[in-house]
Formats: sequence, structure tokens, C-alpha cells
Amino acid sequence: MATATKNKRTNKVDFDKIRKDFPLLKREMNGKPIVFLDSAASSQKPNYVLRAMDQYYKKLHANVHRGVYQLSQEATDAFEKSRRLVKEFINAPSEKECIFVRGTTEGINLVASSYGRKNLQAGDEVLISTMEHHSNIVPWQMVCEEKGAHLKVVPINEDGEMIMSEFDKLLTDKTKIVSINHISNALGTINPIREVIAKAHAKGIPVMIDGAQAIPHLKVDVQELDVDFYTFSGHKMCGPTGIGILYGKAALLNAMPPYHGGGEMIETVTFEKTTYNTLPHKFEAGTPDIAGVVGLGAAVEYMQKIGHEAIAQHEHDLLKYGTAELKKIDGLRIVGEAKEKASVISFLLEGSHPYDVGTILDKLGIAVRTGHHCTQPLMARFGIPGTVRASFAFYNNKEDVDKLVEGVKRAARMLG
Amino acid sequence: MTINEIQDEIIEEFAFFDDWMEKYEYIIDLGKSLPLIDPKYKDEAHLIKGCQSQVWLHAANEEKQVDFTADSDAIITKGIIALLVRVLSGQPAEAVAHSDLYFIDKIGLKEHLSPTRSNGLVSMVKQMKMYGVALA
Ligand SMILES: Cc1ncc(COP(=O)(O)O)c(C=O)c1O
Repeated sequence: MATATKNKRTNKVDFDKIRKDFPLLKREMNGKPIVFLDSAASSQKPNYVLRAMDQYYKKLHANVHRGVYQLSQEATDAFEKSRRLVKEFINAPSEKECIFVRGTTEGINLVASSYGRKNLQAGDEVLISTMEHHSNIVPWQMVCEEKGAHLKVVPINEDGEMIMSEFDKLLTDKTKIVSINHISNALGTINPIREVIAKAHAKGIPVMIDGAQAIPHLKVDVQELDVDFYTFSGHKMCGPTGIGILYGKAALLNAMPPYHGGGEMIETVTFEKTTYNTLPHKFEAGTPDIAGVVGLGAAVEYMQKIGHEAIAQHEHDLLKYGTAELKKIDGLRIVGEAKEKASVISFLLEGSHPYDVGTILDKLGIAVRTGHHCTQPLMARFGIPGTVRASFAFYNNKEDVDKLVEGVKRAARMLG
Repeated sequence: MTINEIQDEIIEEFAFFDDWMEKYEYIIDLGKSLPLIDPKYKDEAHLIKGCQSQVWLHAANEEKQVDFTADSDAIITKGIIALLVRVLSGQPAEAVAHSDLYFIDKIGLKEHLSPTRSNGLVSMVKQMKMYGVALA
């Protein structure tokens, strides 16, 4: 990769150069050079990932795990190489524990459905937080309803942090699983998942972490965290859409019933009885998104080459700068001011609806998210209809922040 | 004036704007101008939920003619509502039911009436036409 170059002398990553790896960032929106500040929804893709997927289809494509012929073997090798890369990326003990899923949503649904159905009984409880994405609420609600179990919710404080004394109270003998996000997509809060995991494990309760927002920003080491399930989406970390990972401890995954039935996940099938394949194939029914998996592997390589430390530092600088500059605007209120925060700024302009602010920013070529960010209960907690959310990735720069601040000032003038 | 005459009039008015700023400032002013709906109708029964903004719509009819009042929590949405109400309110129910709202595209606000925008406006227009059908 000629791209993500480090300056050898200073060992500093050249983020201006890295920005050039992303062809989409060269386009315009509404006649202005695009300022893309919605990476928390989905990140843009570097050439390295695009090329890997293109080359896969041009030179390697055949169905995986099936053919006796060389091409199919090569496709399978490329596919399984990505699994290895992911294993190393999150430091999983084994490749078998890294299951390809469509994304975070499917990862959570798989666990809620398979683990939840098997282990939940009437009166049991599932513990989540107020700041969960709908995809970490609804699957649990569905299985709770079916089983007569209850969803318990850890409240948060005004800054958008989980109240840990309440967590302690809600973690009881009835709790069968805890499912919390690592980083809140709406507020940017980095949750104290180490503490959550330690406390749950002290009571023998497994923990699932929704890592959708964390994986693009932080180094995640599932062994060091001792997390039971960790799931994330490729498309938020420079990979393609439609592919993600569910990591689970082998002991738990082995004890769980399959999620989808079909090809690939079986050992033998007769009309009387089917026996299931071993991990990870047991949870990978059907032809997988092979090109997506290859793209995800390339995204892992790309991110690793830059390095999480440099990424986190660069994004933190943008967060600090953006927060300080936005706060200077009269009537602007930041929603979510946790002490530990990722590069997400949710805000409101006094007297203005987020939709109006977003519409004017759009006209200025600035892409931000407006609305409830799939966290309606969280918005209800703050008593607001939604927020404007700017999120920064490592390919953003200070100039993007300046344009955002100028844009918000313009919106404030027009709407005020 | 007929629905199409009003639409043409709006298109002419918008032709004077030099850029998007002027246009949006005008829409924002329209949105700010007056409460468009009797507060008692701003309830659940009159609410059209969008993902981005919410809209309230009330229809009253008199002798085969429909009178609309509406509101939104977002000012730009409300400004566009003011235009839609200007075009459709007070018109014969039959004409409302069959109206073709081409002015939105012509004045460059088509994106606000896209289903993916989810601001409540698409549902509101649908609802207005349904009142037309029901009352015709
Ligand atoms: C915290 C969080 N959880 C879950 C999801 C769902 O991810 P996906 O839509 O990729 O399945 C998202 C994405 O917006 C998210 O931010």
C-alpha cells in the first residue's frame, strides 16, 4: 500500500495524504466541495478497499468452501484470509469465533434470537442502557416478549453517561445478559465497558457489546476486555456495506442453537434430522457476501496500517477543536458531554429545529445527520426531537470543522 | 384562482430569487409568519409523523370545497406547507383530489417532497388529496 504513509523521521501519519485515498471526498454536493461529517452513519471507502473488491470479482470469484477446482480454492483462501485478519484485528483467540454477519444489526439479532431464546425464561431480565441504538433494543424486546422476560434500562446523567450506581442496582440474579454499546452513536459517549464486563462477570452474567461506533476509532482487544460477544459493521470502518463481524466466545457459541438454516451450516441432512457444522460455519448459512468479506479484510489492513493510536489522536484533536469552536456560537447547545468521548458532536441551535439546520448545511455542501439517530428513547430522555450530529473520521481535517462552524453560524443567522 | 394558476404564480415569484439563500430566506419567512393551524388541532389525531420533522394537518369542508390548515415543528417544512396550503386550500375537492403539484419541482424544492427525506410532507400531500377524494 503506497497510501497510508508514515513520515519516518517524525513517525507522524500524514493525514492530508490519507484523505486523498478517498475518491468520494473529491466530489461536490449542491455545487460545493463536499464536507462529509456523517462517518458515524457510514464511512467513506479508500481506493485500497475498492481495488481489493474489484480484483476479487475480476480474478478470484467462485463460490467458497465448495469447489474442488483451483479457482474456488483461491476464492476460499481470500475469504478465509479476511477472517484471519479480523481475528488479529480484534485479537480473538480463534478464527472460529469470528462469524461473518451482515452487520451489527444482524450480530445482535443473532445473539438475541439464538442465545436469548435458549437462555431466557419468564421473569428473567436483559439489561441495556438508555443510549442504545434501536438495533440493540428491538431484538431484545422481541425475544423478551416471546419469553415473558423483561428489558431493564440503565439511566444516564445529563452529560450522557451511564449512572453506574444504577447499573449496580439493576444487575441482579434475574439478569441473564447485559448488552451495551461501546460508544454511543448519538452522543459519542465512550462507555466504561471494562467495568460493566467485570461487574457482570462477578455475577456470572455474560456481556454483549455493540461495537459499531467503537471499531473505527479504538483498538479493540476482545481477550483483554474478556467480552463474551462483540459485534460491529464493516461499513463504519472503511469497509463495504452488508458485512460485519460477530465475535463470540467458543463455549457460548457452541452451546447456542443455529440462527439461520440452509447450506454451509450443516454437517449431514436427512429429512428426519440434520446435524450442524462446527464454528464458524454453523452460523453462516448460505452463500456469504464473499466480495464484502474480501473488502472487509482490506479495510482491516488499511486501518491497521494507519494505526489506531494515530487515528484516535487525530480524531480527538478534531473533536476538541470542533467542540470549542461550536460552543462559541450563541444559543448552541451540545447534547452529550461525557468525559470520555469519541469524535461525535450532537448539538442543537436554540429555537431551531435540527431539520432546518441540516437543510441549510446541506445547501452549503456539508453532510451532517439530523433527527433521532435511531435512538428515540435517548432523545425522549433529553426531551428533544433530535439533534444535528457531526461526526469526524480520520480523513476529516480542521478545514472541515471550520466549514461546519461557518455553516452553523450561517444557519443561525438565517433561522434566528 | 385555480390550483394551476396559483402554482404558476408561485413559480413566477420564485423566478426572482438569485440563489438558494434568498429562496430559503423567503421560505423561512413564510414559515415564521403565522401559526397556520388552530392549536386545538395540534394533537395526535392530526399528526403526521415524519422521521425528521412532524406535520399537523386539519381539513374542513364547505360545499365541496376543502379548507386546509397545517403546521410543522420545523420552520422550512412549515414554509413549504404554507405554499401547499396556498395552492390547495379553498379549492374544489375534486380538483384537490386530481391535482398535479408541479410547482414544487419548478421552484427547486423537489428534494423536500422526496419519500426518503421523511419530513412528513409526502404523507401530508397524500393526505390532502385523500381528503379531496373523500369530500368530492
Ligand atoms: C451504536 C450502533 N449500533 C448499531 C448500529 C447498526 O449498525 P448496522 O446498521 O450497520 O447494522 C449502528 C449504526 O448506525 C450504531 O451506530
